[in-house]
Amino acid sequence: MEKLSGAEMIVRALQDEGVEYLFGYPGGAVLHIYDAIFQQDKVHHILVRHEQAATHAADGYARATGKPGVVLVTSGPGATNAVTGIATAYMDSIPMVVISGQVRSDWIGDDAFQETDMVGISRPIVKHSFMVRDQSEIPEMMRKAFHIATTGRPGPVLIDIPKDKTAPNVKVPYEYPKKVKMRSYTPVTRGHAGQIRKAVEELLKARRPVIYAGGGVISGGASDLLTALARKLGYPVTNTLMGLGCYPATDKQFVGMLGMHGTYEANMVMHNSDLILAVGARFDDRATNDTSKYCPGATIVHIDVDPATISKNVRADVPIVGPVQQVLEDMITMLDEHGGQPDQKALARWWEEINGWREVHGLRYEVNKDGPMKPQQVVQALYKATKGDAYVTSDVGQHQMFAAQYYHFDKPRRWINSGGLGTMGFGLPAAMGVQLAFPDAMVACVTGEGSIQMNIQELSTCLQYNLPVKIVNINNQALGMVRQWQDMQYGGRHSHSYMDSLPDFVRLAESYGHVGIRVDHIEDLDAAMEKAFSLKDRLVFLDVYVDPSEHVYPMHIADGAMRDMWLSKTERT
Amino acid sequence: MRRIISILMENEPGALSRVIGLFSQRGYNIETLTVAPTEDQTLSRLTLTTIGDDRTIERITKHLNKLIEVVKLVDLTEGAHIERELMLIKVKATGAQRAEVKRSVDIFRGQIVDVTSTVYTVQLAGASDKLDAFIGAIGETQVLEVVRSGVSGIARGEKVLSI
Repeated sequence: MEKLSGAEMIVRALQDEGVEYLFGYPGGAVLHIYDAIFQQDKVHHILVRHEQAATHAADGYARATGKPGVVLVTSGPGATNAVTGIATAYMDSIPMVVISGQVRSDWIGDDAFQETDMVGISRPIVKHSFMVRDQSEIPEMMRKAFHIATTGRPGPVLIDIPKDKTAPNVKVPYEYPKKVKMRSYTPVTRGHAGQIRKAVEELLKARRPVIYAGGGVISGGASDLLTALARKLGYPVTNTLMGLGCYPATDKQFVGMLGMHGTYEANMVMHNSDLILAVGARFDDRATNDTSKYCPGATIVHIDVDPATISKNVRADVPIVGPVQQVLEDMITMLDEHGGQPDQKALARWWEEINGWREVHGLRYEVNKDGPMKPQQVVQALYKATKGDAYVTSDVGQHQMFAAQYYHFDKPRRWINSGGLGTMGFGLPAAMGVQLAFPDAMVACVTGEGSIQMNIQELSTCLQYNLPVKIVNINNQALGMVRQWQDMQYGGRHSHSYMDSLPDFVRLAESYGHVGIRVDHIEDLDAAMEKAFSLKDRLVFLDVYVDPSEHVYPMHIADGAMRDMWLSKTERT
Repeated sequence: MRRIISILMENEPGALSRVIGLFSQRGYNIETLTVAPTEDQTLSRLTLTTIGDDRTIERITKHLNKLIEVVKLVDLTEGAHIERELMLIKVKATGAQRAEVKRSVDIFRGQIVDVTSTVYTVQLAGASDKLDAFIGAIGETQVLEVVRSGVSGIARGEKVLSI
C-alpha cells in the first residue's frame, strides 16, 4: 500500500473527495500541508485575505453548488478568525469541512505560540469535530467529516490537526475508505408512511391551506417536487428568507416571502390558514412573530430531516421526520393513489381572499420625485439588468431585505445570504465562492456601505483570481436597519448608526485594480447597471447613493401575531 | 419534573464535553452526572438528572440524540426503573452521639467504613431522597463532609439499553 505523510494524506483525501477548491490562508501549523498542496495540481487553493472570508467563500460555493465547501486555516488566530464563518454555515445548515492546524501535540496545553483550543471554541457551532491523534486516523476522519457534513441536516465539520501529525518524514499506509460506518450516526432516510398518509388527508381536507417552504427544500434538492406538489394542489406558496428560489417567485401561486419583512399577503395567508404544510423550514422567530399568537386556526404538518427542529418553536400536529425529497415524492404518489381533490369551491374563495390581500400593500413604496433614489429602485434595476437570472449574494441589513423582496428568484441556489446568523461581511467572499463555481454566470453582491467594509480586503482576492463579481453597494450613509429600529423604537436617536468619513469607494475599487462607478441619480442607474454587466471580465463596484431615511416594510409589530404589521411609517394593520 | 436520562455513548475524548456543552449552550440544567466505561470499553454509560417539563425534556433528548457520539439514550423516568446514589459522609461521633449515629446508620442500612475517636465515615447507597433523609436524621450540624456520586439508574425488567 502507498505510504504518505499526514499532510499528503489530507491533500490526497481532498482529491479523493473530488474537491475542486480549497479556501485558506497559510501559517506555521499548516506549512507541511501547504507544501503538499504546492506539489499537486488537482485541488486549487484560493488564497483569501482574511480567514473569515475563506469560510464565507467556501460557504457561498456550497450554497450555489450543493457540494461541501472546504477551508484550511492555521492554528490560533487563523482558526479563531474562521469562527464567524463556521457559525454562519452552522446556522444555515451548509455543508462545510474546515481543517485547522494545531500546535504540535506535545505542546498542546502549554499555551504555545498560536495555540488555541479550536475544538473547544467551535464546539457549539459545528455539527461535529475531530482532533487527529495519529496520522493513520486521517483517511477515515476525512471520509467521516465529509460524510457527516453532507448527510442528514448538513453542517460544518472541523478537523484539528497538530503540526507533528503532518510531518513529511513520517509516512503511513494510505487507503481512502469507500464506505463510512458509524453506529452512532444514522440520519433518517425515510419518512414514516403512516404520517405521510395522515398529511395527505389533512392536505385534502383543508379549505384555507398554505405551503410554507424553507431552506431545507433547497438543501434537500426538492425544489422541483415542491413545485410539482403545489401546482397539483393549486395551493398558495410562501418561502422563508432561506427558501427563496425553491418555488418560482414569478409564479401566480407564490405569495412572497413571509415573516418580519414578509409580504402582507404571505403573512395574512399564514395567519388565516387552516392548514400549514411546513417543508424544510424551522419556525424561526423572524418568521413567526410571537409564537403564542401564531396562526390560531391552523393544523400544522411539519416535514424536516432534523427531528430536533420539529415542535421546537411551534408544536406540529403531524410531524414527519425524513428527507424532504423522499417525503414529497411519497406524498405526490399517495395523492395520486388517493385520487381525492381539494374542495375547489373553498379553494376559489380562498384565492379570492388572497388576491384581495395582494391589493393592500403589494410591496409599494414612494418614489422621490426630485430627491435621492430609493434602495428598492436599485434592486429593481439589478433585476432588470440581469433579467432575473443572476446569482445574488447579500450582506445583512436593509439591503438584504430589499433584495429578498424585490429580486424575484425563480430558481433554487440563486439567493445566497446569511439568514440565521445574520453575518455582515458575508456577501463579497460568498460571491467569490459562487463566481469560482460558475465562472460564466452573473454574480451580484448586494451590500451596503456598512457590511462591505467588514470584508472589503477581499477585493484583492477577486483581482488575483479574476472574479468579475458585480458589487451593488446600496449606500445610505447609515447602518440602515439599526437606524430603522432607532427611528421606530428609540425616538429617532441614531446612536452610532451614522457612517461619516466613508471612503471614496470608486477610488478604493480602482486602487484594487477594479472598475468603480458612482451613481447619484435615478436616470443614470440603468445605464450604470448595463455597463457593469457588460464588463464581463471585470469586477465592478457600483456605489449607489440612496435615501437614508427609507425603511423596510412591511414589518411585523413586535410580540404580535403574523397578521400584525407596519405597512409604512404611518399605517399599520 | 425530575428526569433521569441514561446515555450510551462512544468512549472517546471530547464526547463528555459535548454532552455538557449542549446543556449550557441551550440553557438546560444538569442536577447530577455520573459517567464511566461499560463492559464494552468502546462505550461509556452516562446518567444525568435534570429538571424540566415534557417539552423541555423532549428538546433535550432530541438534541442529545443529534450528538454524533451519542449511540442511544433513554429517559428512565418514563418507565419502571431502579435508581441508586452512593454517599460517603463524615459525621461527628463523640459521647452519646456515637451510639445515636450508629443506630441511624443501621436503620438506613449504611455501613461505617472508617472510624476515629471522634468521627465516623459512613457509606450509604439508595435513592437520592433516602440519602437526603439520612442527612436530615443525623442533623446538619453533625455533618462534617458529604460526597455523593450522583444518580445511576437502570430500567426494571427485561428492557436493556445496549447496541
